[in-house]
Amino acid sequence: MKTLTGAIDHLPISGSNKTDGTSWTVKERLLLGLTVDQYLQQMRRNPLNWLLFAIFAVGLPLLLQRYIFGLGSVTHASNDYPWGLFLGFGLFGMVPLSASGFLLGTTVTLFGRKDFHPIERLALLNGLLGYFFAVVYLEVDLGMPWRLAYPMFVSLGPAAVLFLVAWHVATYLSVQIAELLPALFEWLARPAWKIYIKRITLGLTIAGIILSTLHQGALGALFNYAPNKLHPLWLSIEFQWIHFLCSAVFGGLSMVIVSSTLINTFIPWRCGKDFSENLDKLTLGMAKGAAYAMITYLIIKLVALAHDNEWELLLTGWGLYYLLEIGIGVVLPMFLFAKGVRDGAVRPVRIAAFIAATGIIWNRLNTAIVCFNYQMYQEFPHWKELWLTITLYALYFVVYRFIVYRLPIVFDWQESPVKQ
Amino acid sequence: MPEKTTRRTALKTGLAATIATLFLRPKTGESHQLKKYPKSMGVLVDLGRCVGCRSCEAACNAEQNLPPPERPFTDQEVFAEIEHGQQRRTDENRYTVVNRYELAGLEHPLFRKVQCNHCQEPACLSSCFVNAYTKTPEGAVIYDPDVCVGCRTCMIACPFYIPAFRYSSAFSPRIQKCVFCYDTRLKYGKPPACVEACPQEALLFGQREELIKIGRRRIEENSGKYVDHIYGEYEAGGTSWLYLSPVPFDQVGFNTELPHEPILDSVKNFLGIVPMVLTIWPALFAGFHLLATRKEQPRTTTSEQGEEESR
Repeated sequence: MKTLTGAIDHLPISGSNKTDGTSWTVKERLLLGLTVDQYLQQMRRNPLNWLLFAIFAVGLPLLLQRYIFGLGSVTHASNDYPWGLFLGFGLFGMVPLSASGFLLGTTVTLFGRKDFHPIERLALLNGLLGYFFAVVYLEVDLGMPWRLAYPMFVSLGPAAVLFLVAWHVATYLSVQIAELLPALFEWLARPAWKIYIKRITLGLTIAGIILSTLHQGALGALFNYAPNKLHPLWLSIEFQWIHFLCSAVFGGLSMVIVSSTLINTFIPWRCGKDFSENLDKLTLGMAKGAAYAMITYLIIKLVALAHDNEWELLLTGWGLYYLLEIGIGVVLPMFLFAKGVRDGAVRPVRIAAFIAATGIIWNRLNTAIVCFNYQMYQEFPHWKELWLTITLYALYFVVYRFIVYRLPIVFDWQESPVKQ
Repeated sequence: MPEKTTRRTALKTGLAATIATLFLRPKTGESHQLKKYPKSMGVLVDLGRCVGCRSCEAACNAEQNLPPPERPFTDQEVFAEIEHGQQRRTDENRYTVVNRYELAGLEHPLFRKVQCNHCQEPACLSSCFVNAYTKTPEGAVIYDPDVCVGCRTCMIACPFYIPAFRYSSAFSPRIQKCVFCYDTRLKYGKPPACVEACPQEALLFGQREELIKIGRRRIEENSGKYVDHIYGEYEAGGTSWLYLSPVPFDQVGFNTELPHEPILDSVKNFLGIVPMVLTIWPALFAGFHLLATRKEQPRTTTSEQGEEESR
């Protein structure tokens, strides 16, 4: 695609109309303004697509196997570890990394920081897709996926923490879709429809804050149900929800930094001037926010240790592992963020963001699997479970890329004919 | 001890308390309305009487129409089965298992029957977001497969590792667990199949309150023969199934570190903040919005100036 945009001067599509004033057809928009041959050609040329193909070639049959022969055919079917990678990674890991939508939405809409506007839509998209795929992971993991709506309409158990998660994730998904509709309307050349969304943007943003506070926290509070199973260093009854919420703040910001870095590096043809030129400055801005969130998180972690009086546990093997997680996953990236912000250097910030995002996943996997049943045996997922998890992530990647290629996420849509 | 207390208090009055008072005012309003049924039934299991004949397993299997096991119920070899370093547990094909414990200094091994303990305030019930579980006045914790979504949170929440999932089925998976023979027996005042099958009278069916008294009497009358504790009287808020043991309970596979409060208590804190967030956040953040974005002043450069500080 990079070479094609260089060679063909009407590419990429970044407005409703062609240079001669006629409008792009939907088919042309979907094919990025290429002919079918050109499109397939550029697909084949990208080695990443072959990797994705390999993942899907094994993963999709596995998915079929799961839906025909049951969860037990692709997992260890453990009764001691009811939650495996699908939830440990897909739900508990993806959701904090998707906090970006509400964070940037709040920054721009609520606090009026218009300077963050160029990255707002990417943050919203990152949020929306993260949540959407968390639900996809859930649909693979649920015993009866066809009953997904039961907690909403059929049989309600409103006193359960998971009830909150279900309702909030569902409502928040709709909120995020609404927040991103303007991008779709522009792409569909229906800018007039945007007005309806614009009117309720502030409401949507505040709804986003409420729902995020509660469900990010609720994901943590879910583990309060297992006070005798989860290792005490990873479970603080009083502070669990704050830990999860607070770590989601820097998790979400880090993920946007990672995602914007990848887009700016590998899809430069798609990036608008506003996005590319401001990215370094915005990255530093987000890094600053993330560093603040991290120090807050560390302090609350410390408070939790003190509150539960667990200092002596730090000297055990588990304690070492805990310190390792905090050291690599939080302290190291925090210093890199701080250093980057101080020196005005984006490189360490981008590395830090990658480490921090991985650190969040690590923390959630520790909470859900590694340190769960710490007095029993250690569960290691079945290879099919691992492969399926990767397959779904690959699907997430493909959808993410598909949308970034087309919708005005990192560039501004031109309503009027493009003037070059 | 006093030193420990002072340190804790000192820390509590510090930052922790500040944050806690701000955010963590516990409210119980959202918790399940669980009635403790005074007339509820229970079973008293006497580990000193059990000989490990597995008649209860066989009776349960027949009563609940479970598939026959690989090895017959008379096979004593199953006691040696170890998976992941663990002794046998309940799974989708067995609602109860008996495990053997060889203890030094004892002439004969001890046996422990495992099944759902039918908690007074069940963790499975309070964690279920579709209300698939019910605690009946008779004491049974029953399960409704027709509304279950298969999220398996109950398995996370159960402190006794009892609910099992039918992983083997894609189209009719469900939670599998002991239901105290509710539909077939308990409802009509009859004891569960396992109790009826026990040849040793190791299982005693009766009103929970009565069973506790009987248990106490047994401990007193046979001084030294039993540990002075009825397991299940307080554990996890109390259970309908109660245990007497001649040896400390942790030596026969019981978790003796369980809190005496119901599992639900540890999530109440969080549930308490929910109404606060729902009601306070909208006004608070709308206020922030008004404060942060006043109408554009004639100074046109405001938006440019603010960029130095990011958040």
